[in-house]
Amino acid sequence: MNAEPAQITYRQALNDTLRAELTRDPNVILLGEEIGKFEGSYKITAGLLKEFGPERVRDTPIAEEGFVGAAIGAAMLGLRPVVEIMTLNFSLIAIDQIVNHGAKIYGMFGGQTPVPVVIRFPGGGGQQLAATHSQNLEVWYAHVPGLKVIAPSTPADAKAMLTAAIRDDDPVIFLENLALYNTKGVVPDGEQVAEIGRAAVVREGTDLTVITYSRGTLIALEVARRFAEEGISLEVVDLRSLRPLDRATFCESVRRTSRAVVLEDDWLSYGIGAEISATLMECAFDYLDAPVRRVAAAEVPLPYAKPLELAALPDAEDLARVVREVLAATGFRS
Amino acid sequence: MSEIFMPRLSDTMEEGVIARWTKKPGDAVKAGEVIAEIDTDKATMELEVFEDGVIEQLLVEEGATVPIGQVVALVGPGAGGGTGGTTTAAPAAAAPEGPAAREPGTRVPMSPLARKIAREHGIDPDTLAGSGPGGRVVRQDVEAAIAALAPGGGAASAPGTGAPQATPAAPSGTGSKAAPAGGPPPPAVVAGPAAAAVPAAGTTAGAAADATEIPLTQMRKATARRLTESAAVPHFDLTIPVTVDPLLAFRADINARLAEDGVKVSVTDLLVRAVAVTLRRHPKVNSSWDGDRILQHRRVHVGMAVAIEAGLIVPVIRDADAKGLSVLARESKELAEKARAGKLRPEEFSGGTFTLSNLGMFGIEQFTAVINPPEAAILAVGASVAEPYVEEGALRERTVIRLTMTSDHRVLDGAVSAGFLRDLKQTLEEPLRILL
Repeated sequence: MNAEPAQITYRQALNDTLRAELTRDPNVILLGEEIGKFEGSYKITAGLLKEFGPERVRDTPIAEEGFVGAAIGAAMLGLRPVVEIMTLNFSLIAIDQIVNHGAKIYGMFGGQTPVPVVIRFPGGGGQQLAATHSQNLEVWYAHVPGLKVIAPSTPADAKAMLTAAIRDDDPVIFLENLALYNTKGVVPDGEQVAEIGRAAVVREGTDLTVITYSRGTLIALEVARRFAEEGISLEVVDLRSLRPLDRATFCESVRRTSRAVVLEDDWLSYGIGAEISATLMECAFDYLDAPVRRVAAAEVPLPYAKPLELAALPDAEDLARVVREVLAATGFRS
Repeated sequence: MSEIFMPRLSDTMEEGVIARWTKKPGDAVKAGEVIAEIDTDKATMELEVFEDGVIEQLLVEEGATVPIGQVVALVGPGAGGGTGGTTTAAPAAAAPEGPAAREPGTRVPMSPLARKIAREHGIDPDTLAGSGPGGRVVRQDVEAAIAALAPGGGAASAPGTGAPQATPAAPSGTGSKAAPAGGPPPPAVVAGPAAAAVPAAGTTAGAAADATEIPLTQMRKATARRLTESAAVPHFDLTIPVTVDPLLAFRADINARLAEDGVKVSVTDLLVRAVAVTLRRHPKVNSSWDGDRILQHRRVHVGMAVAIEAGLIVPVIRDADAKGLSVLARESKELAEKARAGKLRPEEFSGGTFTLSNLGMFGIEQFTAVINPPEAAILAVGASVAEPYVEEGALRERTVIRLTMTSDHRVLDGAVSAGFLRDLKQTLEEPLRILL
């Protein structure tokens, strides 16, 4: 047992990575509400103000449009700002800066300056924070050329992908999730830099492919473990990056398994699953033995009441039920 | 009145043919008496009635194929005697070919995967019964039909564990191990000069009086369809003569030495092995056309066209480059025997990456074969022929085999195929290389 490597939380992996990048590159700065003295609403920036000082770890006013704009400007002038927005929901106030400026400047000004900014925020519901504070609007950003949108699901990916995001010259939306901060995993020592835009087959299987990302990956792995006990072999693809989207990996998987279910935390209509399904029609049509199914959040503003909130969010039971329906539709017997 | 159904007479049976009625309408029958002989995928069996009565009607004509569960005859109490006037004139809908449970003309709901596999095997979707939601035909339905239609029962030779309902994870379904690209393996139905025997469409009308009509078997349909498909492939042929005296001596030597072990290596085995090791050095040739891309296969699976009663079939020797000659010889003999007995399992005649067709035994000196799609090339092997040649001013004799390679030009260019042939020739002319 003592041979097992130590596990750290997703939160700790982010904290360690920010520290390592602040140490490595003096151009890296952090901006955000209450990230300094208060050490961040979710303690991702714990200890960093003390270590690196207020020049590099800046508490900002409650003015998302202002400080995201400031970060984009700083990035144009050579810094590598990492902005924390308290949750995805508040990024809407800054969406003009992100979509009309961050995503466009490099192309519209003939490549004179890249915009190497990282905008971090958690998405997701399930904490009884009610409708305006529990959204999964990542697809809004994933829709926009000029942005990269990545969503690690494990502490190891949180490290390698945040490192890659900070060193990337494009604006990167770095999606975290409230439900992931306390999850633990082994994180390799030393410098780890992920390749942005690569999905991962996080569990190999032969009978059906579950395609998901972020928090959904943990649910899918749990469901896959349960099915394995019945001799049913699910493959789980963690998208990791929503833009660029690694279509080849999930296409290849579905061409092998001929059955696909998408698990997404956003609403069904026009969501991540719609894009995945459409892609599968193009790349795996002749390999599908049943329609692609999507498991997504109920199409309501997320309720505050716990039982209603639970009912509205996709969970392991929902995924397992749809997986069974797809298997049944193709006469599958384990 | 009771209905007599087409019974399920074997695990793998999907349909049966009424070979012969042994009773006619009006005949009195007793329980246990035989009223018909039925050809199944495995054997001819007898159809018995379970109660006494009189044959009211025979609903199916002799020779008709009927799915399990379809009513084939009506047996009445016989109180009024036989209704002699009623003959075998069957209601049109009662004697369809195949299990057409649907209205003709209605679209068959079918998964794309099932449609693709059916297309590859020349199976008419209208003959399939769907087990999916709303009667959707899914992969397992097509695979069951393929197993039932394979010569000699195909999967019928598999252990009797309900082979047609093999789980989709079975290798014949996904082929993920055999075909690097994933997805179902392309069926390897034939490639050979037999294509020339397929009559041009439209020439048969009006000629029926002078011709015997031979219904198409599923295998013949698949052959015709796939070779027609192949005819659209832009291709070119390259022929190279190979001096085979050393190869024949090498073979005689091996067989003399290994006779005690019961090993007998044929020229074809040597050719398969030589092709396989040469393919390993020419990965471009070990490829297939996949519509929007080329798949270069990492493993070498060599198919050998075998003529059988029902048509042509191409059993495949997997990983032929990694098998020693004695293993390869034994395997090719087994596969050829199974092919002739109609006992090949689907995975034994699919997933090839290159095909050999040998008509040398018929004295054909040189011919071109038709590409076995989606493979990139096929090699046609002629007879070994003694011929004179000039060396250092003297007339000598040597034995030559002519190899003709037909290549899919979308995948291979002339120089690539020529380079492969040159190396293959060298391997065959210096046969120790075959062992490398």
